[in-house]
Amino acid sequence: MTVQPLHPRKAAAINPLKMSAPLGAAMAFLGLESCLPLFHGSQGCTAFALVALVRHFREAIPLQTTAMNELSTILGGADHVEQAIGTIFERARPRVIGLCTTGLTETRGEDMVGDLKLMRARHPEWSDLAVVFAPTPDYIGGMQEGWGSAVTAMIETLVPERRCTPVAKARINILAGCHLTPGDLEELREIVEACGLEPIILPDLSGSLDGHVAEGYIPHSLGGTGLDQIRAMGRSIHTLVVGEHMRAAAEALHRRTGVAFTLLPHLTGLEASDRLIALLSGLSREPVPERLRRRRSQLLDAMLDGHIPFAGKRVAIAAEPDLLLALGTLFSDLGATLQVAVTTGAAPGLPALAARRLLVGDLDDLERDAPGCDLLVTNAQGAETARRTGIPLFRAGFPLFDRLGAAHRVSVGYRGSRDLIFEIGNILIDRNHPDQTREEDDDRTIDPQAAAG
Amino acid sequence: MLKQKLQEVFNEPGCPTNQAKSTDDRRKGCARKTLTPGAAAGGCAFDGAKVALQPITDAAHLVHGPIACEGNSWDSRHSFSSGPMLYRIGMTTDLQELDIIHGGEKKLFRAIGEIITRFDPPAVFVYQTCVPALIGDDLVKVCALAAETYGKPVIPVNAPGFAGSKNLGNKLGGEALLDYVIGSREPAVTTPCDINVLGEYNVAGELWQVKPLFERLGIRILASITGDGRYAEVCTAHRARLNMMVCSQALITLARKMEERWGIPYFEGSFYGIGDTSEALRTIARMLVGGGAPADLTGRTETLIAAEEARAWARLAAFRPALEGKRVLLYTGGVKSWSVISALQEVGMTVIGTSVRKSTEDDKAKARALLGPDALLFDQIAPREMYRMLAEGEADILMSGGRTQFVALKAKVPWLDINQERHHPFAGYGGMVNLVRGIHRELTNPVWAAVRRPPPWATTPIEAGVQP
Repeated sequence: MTVQPLHPRKAAAINPLKMSAPLGAAMAFLGLESCLPLFHGSQGCTAFALVALVRHFREAIPLQTTAMNELSTILGGADHVEQAIGTIFERARPRVIGLCTTGLTETRGEDMVGDLKLMRARHPEWSDLAVVFAPTPDYIGGMQEGWGSAVTAMIETLVPERRCTPVAKARINILAGCHLTPGDLEELREIVEACGLEPIILPDLSGSLDGHVAEGYIPHSLGGTGLDQIRAMGRSIHTLVVGEHMRAAAEALHRRTGVAFTLLPHLTGLEASDRLIALLSGLSREPVPERLRRRRSQLLDAMLDGHIPFAGKRVAIAAEPDLLLALGTLFSDLGATLQVAVTTGAAPGLPALAARRLLVGDLDDLERDAPGCDLLVTNAQGAETARRTGIPLFRAGFPLFDRLGAAHRVSVGYRGSRDLIFEIGNILIDRNHPDQTREEDDDRTIDPQAAAG
Repeated sequence: MLKQKLQEVFNEPGCPTNQAKSTDDRRKGCARKTLTPGAAAGGCAFDGAKVALQPITDAAHLVHGPIACEGNSWDSRHSFSSGPMLYRIGMTTDLQELDIIHGGEKKLFRAIGEIITRFDPPAVFVYQTCVPALIGDDLVKVCALAAETYGKPVIPVNAPGFAGSKNLGNKLGGEALLDYVIGSREPAVTTPCDINVLGEYNVAGELWQVKPLFERLGIRILASITGDGRYAEVCTAHRARLNMMVCSQALITLARKMEERWGIPYFEGSFYGIGDTSEALRTIARMLVGGGAPADLTGRTETLIAAEEARAWARLAAFRPALEGKRVLLYTGGVKSWSVISALQEVGMTVIGTSVRKSTEDDKAKARALLGPDALLFDQIAPREMYRMLAEGEADILMSGGRTQFVALKAKVPWLDINQERHHPFAGYGGMVNLVRGIHRELTNPVWAAVRRPPPWATTPIEAGVQP
């Protein structure tokens, strides 16, 4: 069953699922060491994104604004950008400023690249400060597109354009998509190291937004990918790219350095984890270590136990494309039915998702198709949907402001997939009371061609 | 038109800060000075307008703009409703690139239609944002057309983010009520004890802390503007006998214009603190009696105040031994921080400093008189400095909003949420007990000792072979 996402023709988004591209870009920039993201827009653009990030991560988040007003919107905002960079440079002394545009400044149409060049000429004192500019109009795409744009900009700005010989130790690059949590990255690093490889992860939220208590006050990001690591990415033997929304960034890195890449849409579930380990083992030319074999065996057991509560259950899911693909695949792989899958935009890979109904929409679309489902899967904004429909909610994505430890949720690799199956399976166990009409309804959709292998 | 509106709200004769300014300064407005690129914090005008109006619970609130304006923030305030829940539904035109090229007016019109058909609300508030303002979408015209087409009030709220600060947005929200809502309907009955409460948003149910007091005195809240509000009630607000402004800076223009148009006197009061709550009740009674309410209201009010104060103080006394001498750093918008200060002092706490960013000169003087010459009165503290103060133990607890929450927690210092995202109501007599109880719970939590204690392996060298 393959379907292209539907775009319902409606003018009002009700209970939006999508969050803005600059928000995604800011989050990516927080995965750089000593970075301070800056939105070029009115101060509300920053305030809303800041509050969302603070509530999700439960951390103080460094994020600034060029504080555009009516006048500067008409006359041009370059002065505000220059003043903002100067102020941030003086007060916070970050090594990188991640400059993101917004709907306001993109509609006006500013020549950021040209303006930045002129500013730099005027400010020799900024010579050690990297300014990475990511175009992120609010009216194009959502978080994952903004994140992708920021990572592409990091590579274009910070990775030198030259071919190098790989370093002796087997080092690989990982371009991490925004559907991976700090906890996921920590797990991924451990897997890669277990395979005898050394990863450079870009961006690396696992060092910066993993909820640790620092000694002292730091006005910019603490932890994350270091500038020297980014500059050294050309010396890696391969790049692992996680997420379709990272393709442009992967191509940019390949173009600049010649390092080949492998793109995996996600790392959740048996098949994706197998592909990951196969890739890593192939790169390291080492056999798969015993502890990973053991974890695979544990995942198999989790699937054997877990398929029972999953089987025949109906799920309504709403998430950005790559996260939707990761979670949706897990559900259908264990015999659950995706009654409805809502996402924020068309994306490669989505048509392969076995959903009865796949559409670009909002949580209202989810709610409309949810009756009769056993489980809702979406971000914390779905809590009201769950209350109204009486269907349990498994929270996934961003924001998760009503749960502790959002940053530490792990759903990658054998171990992460195992735990995810347990967590969701335990909710589904409580829904073991099949509705006879619904069961008969499902019988009519049986595909005579599909038989158990 | 927006410009005209801005001049109007900036030139506020009711605002003492404004009156102290020169003509030139007055023209510059009241909120812009704080917006330094690279060092600004706080919401925009759109944010402020939405804060002010969204608590009208039965209305639809539609945001005309790209996804950032609504998508990043919908349903994030704890403004409670005793009935309708429509205000918690996020609605936006989610403008795309093509909408911006072709103009968003048609999409907006269709969106209003979809919402009216689907939810049948008594009214739709439509919020302008930066992008459609920049491309020239005529919000007023589209709303007028939609109102005519669907036979329902469709109210344009013209407060795009770049117009200024959140505070300015509050005012512009109030202007929308004046221009389109208040006075558009007559109440079924009126009484000489009808009041409006302005600028109380029922965060964490705070209005409900004081509403029962009014009910016991026979005072009716004709319109709550806007906490737990209903559209039809706001329409009838022009028939009240008295306006109480709870958050003075935000809606003072609204109060003054209501006085000009409908002769409704207003006063500024607060429900934070025991003394303030009593003072507010007293003023309401006095002004209502002056306007023709039964004269016995004064005496009944005094009886109620005496009983409630005695009860509140008795409840607070239990906390005094534990809180005596503890030092508080207050970091609020600072509107009425002195009223909280006096309550904290009553339980024996010392306020080492308070923000006075949004306070009037009068408020600052009151705070200074309460705190003595050594205490800090500040507009803002840089997060780095605040961290230092807390880490070095200059205060035992920080009371602030979510923005500085993690400055305190990372410094391993107790923190109490007194922002709009809080979960406990602090208004009224019972609210002050809630506040003090909250402080007590924070300060006495064993977690502080645990997280401050260094690990044993860091302080005592572990000898080989010795089991710990």
